[in-house]
Amino acid sequence: MNLAYYPGCTLKTKARNLEEPALAAMESLGFKLEEMDRWNCCGAVYSLAEDDLIRQAAPVRNLVRAKKQGKDELVTLCAFCLNTLKRANLLMKQEVEKRNTLNSFLDEGVDYAGEVKVTHLLEVLRDRVGWGLLSQKVRLHLRGLKLAPYYGCTLLRPREVAIDNVQDPIILHSFLEALGANPVGFPESTTCCGSYQIVRGPSTIVEYARRILRSASNSEAEGLVLTCPLCDYNLGQGQKELLRLGNTFKEMPLFYFTQLLALALGLTADVCHFELNYGNPESLLREKGLLSRVESLSTSGGPK
Amino acid sequence: MSRQKKRKTPSAPPVKAVGTEVVQVPANLIPIYIMGKRYEVPEGYTIMKAMEYAGYKLIRACGCRGGTCGACSTVYRKPGDYKLQVALACQKTVEPKMYIGQIPFFPANRAQYEFNKLSGAPEEVFKLYPELFRCVACNSCTKACPQGVEVMDAISALKRGDIATAAQLSFDCIQCGLCTSRCFGELAQYHMFQLARRIYGTRVVPKAQHLAQMVKAVNEGRFDDILHRLTKMSEKELKELYEKREIEPVETGEQWRPKSKEYLLGE
Repeated sequence: MNLAYYPGCTLKTKARNLEEPALAAMESLGFKLEEMDRWNCCGAVYSLAEDDLIRQAAPVRNLVRAKKQGKDELVTLCAFCLNTLKRANLLMKQEVEKRNTLNSFLDEGVDYAGEVKVTHLLEVLRDRVGWGLLSQKVRLHLRGLKLAPYYGCTLLRPREVAIDNVQDPIILHSFLEALGANPVGFPESTTCCGSYQIVRGPSTIVEYARRILRSASNSEAEGLVLTCPLCDYNLGQGQKELLRLGNTFKEMPLFYFTQLLALALGLTADVCHFELNYGNPESLLREKGLLSRVESLSTSGGPK
Repeated sequence: MSRQKKRKTPSAPPVKAVGTEVVQVPANLIPIYIMGKRYEVPEGYTIMKAMEYAGYKLIRACGCRGGTCGACSTVYRKPGDYKLQVALACQKTVEPKMYIGQIPFFPANRAQYEFNKLSGAPEEVFKLYPELFRCVACNSCTKACPQGVEVMDAISALKRGDIATAAQLSFDCIQCGLCTSRCFGELAQYHMFQLARRIYGTRVVPKAQHLAQMVKAVNEGRFDDILHRLTKMSEKELKELYEKREIEPVETGEQWRPKSKEYLLGE
């Protein structure tokens, strides 16, 4: 089954370790993530300015082009792209006057009113594959791996675009359980990572990182599971900054959920690009014997 | 641009000098507005020719006159239409009542770099042109391109580090600057594309091995003898040789070889 897929810019450079394992893993589950033609940046952040509609041009143009290409759904991997596209879509659905202005300005030759559904890959796994089937497809159970699911903001806030219960999300938890890992709940799993405040320098986000990482490690997590390249950057840079400031703590490996999916489905570690991760997740996986086991799996034939 | 003094006769003369060229003036004259002033110019002229007919001496904003140099960027609008149109003055023929303005130069930001010191990584492009990320995908650049380049798509490709796609999409860019003149985010798209194409040409496209072999063979004097013989031939001999030459058939595969293999490398 083919799914129209919107990658987002970062997944093509710094976050290839989010995209490449996802494409390979979904293919082994029988879904082809088919990159849409002619996409542009999602806008990077949803503009809250009521009267500055030009900032909605980028996300809306992607949605309009998806419609023009005959797509009724667009799957994203990056939580930030999901958020930006989904909120812009909501605006096109609900605010008639702004919709008309945007349609006329964009000049794409179609009237768009929010017809394309924006979804996240986690929703595809939950609603279309199902956790039960996913756990049957797992070839390498990630047993003994204590992982803290970190949602951040953009998967859940605002409520209108949340992919799960805003207060008490479980989607990443269920996902990790399906892979055979040990999900570890922790109080700061939906705390903001500091987001774009990082552009003013690492000192602005260091306190967010401290809080989130301490909370996860107090809950005995051995790694953090992410869906967003900005969270990854902030929590990675935040750890570096904490160490630079003389804090002593064990570095927390950061994983993208797609890397764990690929690994659990028995795909080789090279599609995961762990070299791009912060906190050396490979050494944790080796410690747990997971890397040697996935290697022996890949020599005994491809994933079923 | 400078305006030459010219006395206009009410009835247009049948023959007129345009530059050094003497041309026959067509019967139909149409009104156009050059920088807001009305002129009657012959139908069928290009904007550039019409401006010269009207008495302008073009010392800037004209180059190749063949649609490839990008010097004669022109914006125009027609009455009753709010949309600005773009054209190359040397290519577009005049239309009645068009209002014409030219943009011979645009003060766009061009980054300074020593190309040999660049590795070609996307991050280098981002650093040289950080304003790349000011693009809001309004697409005004694409609408302003007289070459039909998908400018915004190429900028989108560059933003995600896809230098090859940016280079390919911008291949027809003639650096006229009209995209930049319309850009909401003040990007200098055409300079960014030039950098992308430089990187693509030198770092991405594989080097042609056969070219290096051929250059080596030339330098080693492999073709000196025939070259000297050719230069000494009479016109008659040359013509004969030319007429007798073996021509590659129109529909042929990679495997085709001429009968004489004398000058083929590696055979």
